[in-house]
Amino acid sequence: MSIISKGIEKIRSNKRILFIGYVLLGIALVSLPFLLSNTVGRTWVRILDFALIYAMLALGLNIVVGFAGLLDLGYIAFYAVGAYAWALLASPQFGLHLPFWAILPIGAGVAAIFGILLGAPTLRLRGDYLAIVTLGFGEIIRIFLNNLDHPVNVTNGPIGINKIDPIVIAGADLTRTHEILGIQFSGAHIYYYVLVLLLMITVLICVRLENSRLGRAWIAVREDELAAQAMGINTRNVKLLAFALGATFGGVAGGLFASLQGFVSPESFVLLESIMVLCMVVLGGMGHIFGVLLGALLLTTLPEILRSTASPIQESLFGAVYIDPEALRMLLFGLALILVMLVRPTGLWPGTTRKQLGNKG
Amino acid sequence: MDIFFQQVINGLVLGSVYALVALGYTMVYGILGLINFAHGEVVMVGAMVALATVAYLFGYFPEMNPIVMVLIAATTSVISCMVLSYFIERLAYRPLRKAPRLAPLITAIGISILLQNLAMIIWGRQYKTVPKIFSFETREFLGANITDLQIFIIVLSAILMTLLLLIVNYSKLGRAMRATSESQRIAGLLGVNINKIISFTFVIGAGLGAVAGILVAANYSVAHYSMGFMLGLKAFTAAVLGGIGNLGGAVLGGLLLGLIESIGAGYIGDITGGFLGSHYQDVFAFLVLIIVLVFRPTGIMGERISERA
Repeated sequence: MSIISKGIEKIRSNKRILFIGYVLLGIALVSLPFLLSNTVGRTWVRILDFALIYAMLALGLNIVVGFAGLLDLGYIAFYAVGAYAWALLASPQFGLHLPFWAILPIGAGVAAIFGILLGAPTLRLRGDYLAIVTLGFGEIIRIFLNNLDHPVNVTNGPIGINKIDPIVIAGADLTRTHEILGIQFSGAHIYYYVLVLLLMITVLICVRLENSRLGRAWIAVREDELAAQAMGINTRNVKLLAFALGATFGGVAGGLFASLQGFVSPESFVLLESIMVLCMVVLGGMGHIFGVLLGALLLTTLPEILRSTASPIQESLFGAVYIDPEALRMLLFGLALILVMLVRPTGLWPGTTRKQLGNKG
Repeated sequence: MDIFFQQVINGLVLGSVYALVALGYTMVYGILGLINFAHGEVVMVGAMVALATVAYLFGYFPEMNPIVMVLIAATTSVISCMVLSYFIERLAYRPLRKAPRLAPLITAIGISILLQNLAMIIWGRQYKTVPKIFSFETREFLGANITDLQIFIIVLSAILMTLLLLIVNYSKLGRAMRATSESQRIAGLLGVNINKIISFTFVIGAGLGAVAGILVAANYSVAHYSMGFMLGLKAFTAAVLGGIGNLGGAVLGGLLLGLIESIGAGYIGDITGGFLGSHYQDVFAFLVLIIVLVFRPTGIMGERISERA
């Protein structure tokens, strides 16, 4: 372990190697969709898109759970708020078709307001009491989305909202196929680049937040709220900011999800989704940005890999599909969650506590 | 007024079941500080095993006395849930006892996903209907209808809860349980076998959960592989409402939640002038929870935990 960390330190301190590393990473990120669509199929580019959205979502939850230590089991509510904000402002539902650069801040703002709405009454709650209230909040939002089709039709109920506008940049619809310099770019492929860019911005914001005065205050509150208060941290504002900022990321991710999918319904925002995002954060390494990224990418791609292998493997082993592949895939997924946590209780790629407390500050 | 009493009876039936399941959550929480997310699935397994046993007996020994049949099914179900729960604790929670707080939560979620899908593979995706081996009489009580089954549910739950409270408060085992929940280390030093006590807690909770599962399946005449999730969630809510870790609180919270839900569902339309329908029953339950926790952050009967000195 120490050899590896020494190696990493060496690489970190050498600017030239670092630069080459970034260039290689950039090339890998640009060429990944070409590689995927030519080897395992075009659907994988789309899967990658959703993985990136989930990564954004997980980073948002990481602020609440990982940095500030507030267990939130209803995080998907903010994702839902963002998605529905986009859906209502850019679809035939109300005949509104606002451009995306107008909706994005609106969605983020609305989600942030909901974050504060959730945060304000729960400031006195601790640990698992907070968890159950956030869970209830998430369910309340979902039930309203599911039932607000009468007496006034707002959300179109369980059917959901269809024909949501895609992102349009300079008159070009990003979900269509475009030809640039003689290369065909499918909609999913273009979205991939947009999402990678946005995710990079998200990571940058998270890294800067973590090392900021606010980030250190969050970590102080997480480690010991009473001591943090004694040190003059306004725990109320700090916690509210965690909820609001986390919700903002969720809202943005939700909007992107709605525009990519072109369709939203309450079914996408069930409790299990909240739990999944939490699993990404904890399994990756709570509080560690790159660990969380790893967790999100793994947990979104793993079920898809299992989906594409669950039936063929059975056929080659037993000559027929005996077990419902959908059930088998989730069963293996559950097993994977348990095994990973048993082997690495602090997550796959945890940040060291000392580093989080910071020698930089 | 008739509707009101009807809703109160429905609420008490629902609440007794919530209370039985909530006890399982609250006991484990009291000792380990862990939200045992898999408990709802254990309840589901209880219902499914009992149903499968009854269906088997009904198919092969149709002459058998229905009471004997139900007793065999219930025993099978309770024992299998106890064994299942013992192994869940042993394999998924015990190795993580010293790990960060959220690690066992994730394994609990993993177990929950695992059990749900295992049940789906074994028993299929369809709703399982309970074979009609009993016919229950419906009685009139204060203008409301109550079936013998509903009376049975309320009475049996009350007996089981009393039994549990007696065990925890007056037996040697119960004293060891309470000591363990105060401090595992000190209880261990005083000669309590911690691992045994924790296993025992899980097993007892699973037994109560299995009974609750059977009662729910009998009451609604159906069982389904996904029934445990929502039931577990509601029961956990009930446990928190009453003050988690507190047995009396779990019972109170369960009954309260059942009553709130059924009365809320019956009257929510009238209260809001028809604006909100009975689909908002869950909203109502969660809103009450949030309001209670705003004023009493540790639940109705929860102790005020003082800040660490």
